[in-house]
Amino acid sequence: MSAPEPAQIPILISVQEADFDVSAEIDALTRGRADVGAVACFVGLVRDVTKAAEGAPVMAMTLEHYPGMTEKSLEAIAREAARRWPLLGVRIVHRVGRLAPADRIVLAAAASAHRGAAFEAAEFLMDYLKTRAPFWKKEETPDGARWVDARESDEHAAARWER
Amino acid sequence: MKVLYFAWLRERIGLAEEDVEAEAPDVSALVEALRARSPAHAAAFADVSALRVAVDQEAAGFDAPLKGAREVAFFPPVTGG
Repeated sequence: MSAPEPAQIPILISVQEADFDVSAEIDALTRGRADVGAVACFVGLVRDVTKAAEGAPVMAMTLEHYPGMTEKSLEAIAREAARRWPLLGVRIVHRVGRLAPADRIVLAAAASAHRGAAFEAAEFLMDYLKTRAPFWKKEETPDGARWVDARESDEHAAARWER
Repeated sequence: MKVLYFAWLRERIGLAEEDVEAEAPDVSALVEALRARSPAHAAAFADVSALRVAVDQEAAGFDAPLKGAREVAFFPPVTGG
């Protein structure tokens, strides 16, 4: 039996205000799938200190996005990952709205038969999400609110996957 | 067409979206037309190198043609994840 076409693998994208349950998301990706040998799962969290805030504590953060384009771009990133690695499923959850330090922001999970593809694909998903998906962060600090600047290091991280 | 603004661009212009009747052949021509709408628009679009654009929800360049386009969005570089 040949590997499933990338277009046929389960790709599930959510953009939501609500928190997510990491364990439940992994379960959903692997339930009844004895062919999945590896799930690599990245979880991004809100930190209370950022470079943009120059050491001032971040009290909260608001994530804005472009409804419609966001979902399409995340789907395209997941499909590109499935084209590059032999994946058996991709799950991306990104939260929007107001979040507090230590809150979960994003989950990117890739399922595959083996760990190599799962690890690489999860990293690719995050590198492309950070540079291509239309989300913007605004931080609240004691000195006021400010929009987070895009980081050149994120562009460099994404550029290494170009080919 | 519908023109959308996000993040600090939305705040500087004071609008999340507006309908624009412009005979703009490409994004750059649309930017010229938008600059003329108000001092806030002119200031926000003073340096387009700080901005990104999407045409019908696909990332595009400022030289992208607008023939048939229904929705153009302008925004700063993205900072999600």
